[in-house]
Amino acid sequence: MTTRWFGAAVQRTEDPRLLRGKGTYVDDIDLPEMLHAAVLRSPHARARVTAIDVEAARALAGVHLVLTAKDLGGVLEPSPLLVPHPALTQPRTQLPLALDEVRYVGEAVAFVVAESRYVAEDALDLIDVEYEPLPVVHSLEVASAEDAPLVHAEIEDNIAAHFVQTVGDPSAAFASASHVLHESFSVERGAAMPMECRGVLARWDAHEGMLSCWISTQGPIPIRNGLAAIFHLPEHKVRVTAPDVGGGFGTKIMMFYPEEILTPFAAIHLNRPVKWIEDRRENFISSNQERGQLHEVDYAFDDQGVLLAVKDIFLHDTGAYTPYGIIVPVITACSLPGPYRLKNYASEFTVLYTNKVPVSPYRGAGRPHAVFVMERIMDGIARELNLDRAEVRSRNFIQPDEFPWDVGLVYQDGGPTTYDSGSYQAGLDKLKAMLDYDHFPECQAEARTQGRYLGLGIGYYVEGTSIGPYEGANIRVESDGRIYAATGVTSQGQAHATTFAQIVADQLGVRPEDVLLTEGDSQAFNWGVGTFASRAATVAGSAMHLAAVKVREKAKKIASELFEASPDDIELADGKVFVKDAPHRALTLGQLAISANPLRYSYGENARKLMSMRLAGPRPGPALPAERGGPGLEATEFYSPPHGSFASGVHGAIIEVDPTTGMVSFLKYAAVHDCGKVINPMIVEGQVHGGVAQGIGGAFFERLVYNEEGQLINASFMDYLLPTAAEIPSITVDHVETPSPLSPLGMKGAGEAGVIPVPALFASAIDDALAPSGIRVREMPLHPCRLYELLKATQNAQI
Amino acid sequence: MQEQEENPPTFTEQSLIEVTVNGQHYERSIPVRLLLSDFIRHELHLTGTHVGCEHGVCGCCTILLNGEAVRSCLMLAVQADGMAITTIEGMAGTQSELHPIQQAFREKHGLQCGFCTPGIIMTVHAMLHENPDPTEEEIRHELSGNLCRCTGYQNIVEAVKLAAERLREPQMGVEQ
Amino acid sequence: MKPPRFQYCAPHLLDEALALLSQYGEDAKVLAGGQSLIPLLNMRLAGPAYIIDINHLTELQYIEPEDGYLAIGATVRQRQVEHSPLVQQKLPLLIEAVRHIGHMQIRNRGTIAGSIAHADPAAELPALLTCLNGEIVAQSIQGERVMKAEEFFTGYLSTALEPGEMVVEIRFPWIAPQAGWAFMEFARRSGDYALVGAAAVITPTLDDRCLNAHLAFHGVAGSPVRMREVENILVGTTLDEQTLQEAAEKARDCVSNDMEDVHATVDYRRSLVSELTKRVLKAAWVRREQ
Repeated sequence: MTTRWFGAAVQRTEDPRLLRGKGTYVDDIDLPEMLHAAVLRSPHARARVTAIDVEAARALAGVHLVLTAKDLGGVLEPSPLLVPHPALTQPRTQLPLALDEVRYVGEAVAFVVAESRYVAEDALDLIDVEYEPLPVVHSLEVASAEDAPLVHAEIEDNIAAHFVQTVGDPSAAFASASHVLHESFSVERGAAMPMECRGVLARWDAHEGMLSCWISTQGPIPIRNGLAAIFHLPEHKVRVTAPDVGGGFGTKIMMFYPEEILTPFAAIHLNRPVKWIEDRRENFISSNQERGQLHEVDYAFDDQGVLLAVKDIFLHDTGAYTPYGIIVPVITACSLPGPYRLKNYASEFTVLYTNKVPVSPYRGAGRPHAVFVMERIMDGIARELNLDRAEVRSRNFIQPDEFPWDVGLVYQDGGPTTYDSGSYQAGLDKLKAMLDYDHFPECQAEARTQGRYLGLGIGYYVEGTSIGPYEGANIRVESDGRIYAATGVTSQGQAHATTFAQIVADQLGVRPEDVLLTEGDSQAFNWGVGTFASRAATVAGSAMHLAAVKVREKAKKIASELFEASPDDIELADGKVFVKDAPHRALTLGQLAISANPLRYSYGENARKLMSMRLAGPRPGPALPAERGGPGLEATEFYSPPHGSFASGVHGAIIEVDPTTGMVSFLKYAAVHDCGKVINPMIVEGQVHGGVAQGIGGAFFERLVYNEEGQLINASFMDYLLPTAAEIPSITVDHVETPSPLSPLGMKGAGEAGVIPVPALFASAIDDALAPSGIRVREMPLHPCRLYELLKATQNAQI
Repeated sequence: MQEQEENPPTFTEQSLIEVTVNGQHYERSIPVRLLLSDFIRHELHLTGTHVGCEHGVCGCCTILLNGEAVRSCLMLAVQADGMAITTIEGMAGTQSELHPIQQAFREKHGLQCGFCTPGIIMTVHAMLHENPDPTEEEIRHELSGNLCRCTGYQNIVEAVKLAAERLREPQMGVEQ
Repeated sequence: MKPPRFQYCAPHLLDEALALLSQYGEDAKVLAGGQSLIPLLNMRLAGPAYIIDINHLTELQYIEPEDGYLAIGATVRQRQVEHSPLVQQKLPLLIEAVRHIGHMQIRNRGTIAGSIAHADPAAELPALLTCLNGEIVAQSIQGERVMKAEEFFTGYLSTALEPGEMVVEIRFPWIAPQAGWAFMEFARRSGDYALVGAAAVITPTLDDRCLNAHLAFHGVAGSPVRMREVENILVGTTLDEQTLQEAAEKARDCVSNDMEDVHATVDYRRSLVSELTKRVLKAAWVRREQ
């Protein structure tokens, strides 16, 4: 069967609505009698809370409720640990409101509900909290020092987890290698900063005993399950919907944020809808962040530049709690080998608590760090042996005939880190062509004679995607002929409504715009996990495909009975089901759906038309035989991947550095990307563009600056710099398609790819541009002032 | 509106204002501290204008005030008394057709989550009105007051180029 | 991030505004463009009890050429100046400076006088006014007071305005027709506040040497800094490479020792100032009439 829509750059179904300003984000929803909430947040990174006086706040006109920890009753429990791990021996999660200790600036201390957000904020100013500040652990260095203050009094050395993995025999490899180098690398915190902050709207219907929540989240169904447990409600009496979500990037897959518990709590208590919308300042100090790690790396290689062994010991900053377990450092450890044949690898990480905002995945989720280290290693080998950087990589690639390739580690899904497929050299070749790599040294030399410093950097990555446990899909043709699909994942801009429609349209012979998707509504589809880890297209998309195939088969079966033909002779196209070579013997999908539902009564235009057709009459036996699989044209299927599949890609950029000011501009940026079979290349390219922009932000513009008191001193867009259209270059994207053998359509994930290699290639480009100075970049992010300092410190500082 | 020449001005916390939004006249009594962004969204229920930062950097709240692009989060609603506002809801030509700028964004995949989009479209509308034939550099410079976290700006720039081209073509009945 | 409560008034006559200011003095804040004040209100970093909106004071809406200077009334928006044919013709340096202020959306509301009264160390217009040795006209019910830029800017977000006074006019002195001029900044992103910035005006002699120079920096201290020591280095020279190098070295002194923030250390700022000095002086010199 030829696929007409899979692989096509179909325009998005979502667009007209969003372009007209008719999107529905959480704050757009106004319910009758709705009240507004605000959160009082700790101004101290670490303190004992000795008293909270809310009387003045409660008395303020317009205030309906002020909650502190003592008012929460049974709800005052640490939120669930989302991803346990045997190495996570000292997990801690947050209380919905701090009881007697606060552990980061921004931690929720009180919750106010009032007539308006304005009045609620007035009430916050009236709450009097007595704090006894305590010593602050403001960095990994402080956390790991001897006699460090303790973030959690009972947790020795601030250690939440310690995990060692070994592949092969690294010691032996180091012992016999002709070259061994040691370097330290650091990556510092950044934040997702979606344009829409978080938000929760909760409504309790006392008559129905139903709790409904609209949340700007990437995981509505797990939240539904959790709220049901927390509030002792049956799951079907809790409905969680993620409406339009203005960007997630990982920060919205965290659960539970305190507000996701407090808002429904207040709504139930007051019997009125309550809405809490995070403002940007809160987003800086209470939405999860990521990226802080310190690596000590040893690497061994031979005279040909072949990597023999890596030992990577790193510290991971988890912030004040471990809500998401140790997924991020696990991914770092598993992603480090990259596209290279690394047979001897010692990985050891320690997860440390600090008095900062908790850490959970942000786009890339530990992979950017791993790629930074490994790509620096490749460049380090090249520099040491005076070899070309691309050539060193080529000598180390896993070859196409070596798949499946077992890295030897346990991946974040508990399964083996086994690469299913890849074409790494092909990707590099494409990139080199796009950048005119071989001629660049000439351009660079020419530019240097004019006092200009150009550099070229590359970064290769392998990205684990499409992990389970599963996703599901329901597809139903209704009697008007329209196709309704539902799934448990949700979109934050990735265009599922379009891409899943393309998948379904191919099977049912309709146009994508005839397929209407509902997602992110626990009432529309009961089972699901969420949108994260570059998994939704593959896992939910595969479920869509399987369900669509089922519906197609059912349609053919029923049509074959009605037309008295063989199912193999039945085709679906243009919204019709017909007999091949006899297209006049046709029904619309809507008519077929009616026929598939044997009732005494049927309604509407389609039903009337059916009456007038000459179709085979009912057969003897049950009107709805068991093998039919239920009435109507409907199917529900689930897809559970055997394990993750591994996408890959390589990016490169040409930059210009001004050594006197440390300013850098991008002259050219190219990305080659392999995410297997692509549903909609326009969507995938958009994802790469966006990821690259976040990567550039994370490499050169964005840094969260905490002072020694654990205060975030740049908690606004004025000083936390997101790149604008003037800073992001044009990005050329090319594709390699190495299908995955693991899923029915051969897809791999694409959502995070763009961001992953950027810090690595940026460092590579800077080293290249300023090679005469001998600079070696070992940290991310950089900014002009820091680059200036690094240059000054290098031996050949006078260029 | 009060006759200031006759009565000396007095301080208030509540004020009556009149505004025209997308051609429609509204009269409302509002708190003086109510931000224009909140007024548009929650008083007038025109939720297409979004709020991203409330300190004037992200541009999600951009609207046209007497034809000029401004950040509605940096204005008090009372300051809009007597003025004409255009929001994203006022952009589409007809019920079924999109404005050429919106259409160009669709064709070039210039939006993903859609949150920054209304603010960007209003900025683009003002930009192209002043400079109908911008270079890529000019486009990127003029867009630098609007943040987007999803698209990497590339397709937005392409959409603006396409929109500019189409708006320059002499066509019957295209609203500028 | 919503503003705290305040009382609001929007007088239509300057006298009314001044009367209110005098009555409420320190508890009142003047609201013009709001591009600086409203973020502070939203973040609850400012909480004035009274806000006096001056946007209806049409008597302050003027851009007038006067004898010796360009007079700009307090309610004139930055974009009006940017698009003013008069300013384009007679003081294009002002337009070059205004174009560095934020983004178009900010300049559509922000006022020239407001930016000056707010006195942010990294703001463009205070530096330009300082460079040109311009004036600020303030009024209260007691009368008018004219202050030179250097006496007006007293430190970080501080000016010499007394309670009860408001800025009514800014005076940008004209530049000699043969003078070259330039305005430049180093900033992290398009539209950001400057890391460091400078305004330069250089007047040539008849035999094409530097007659006099005006050079002022922003982003280097609590207030803009006029660097007369650097100007003196230039006088009588042709701004050759060696002179520029000397000037660039000397200019580093303008960075005060407490100018460290998340974006720049003092040392780095000094390095930027050095580079900026060369560039802005070269650019200004090139523009001179020969």
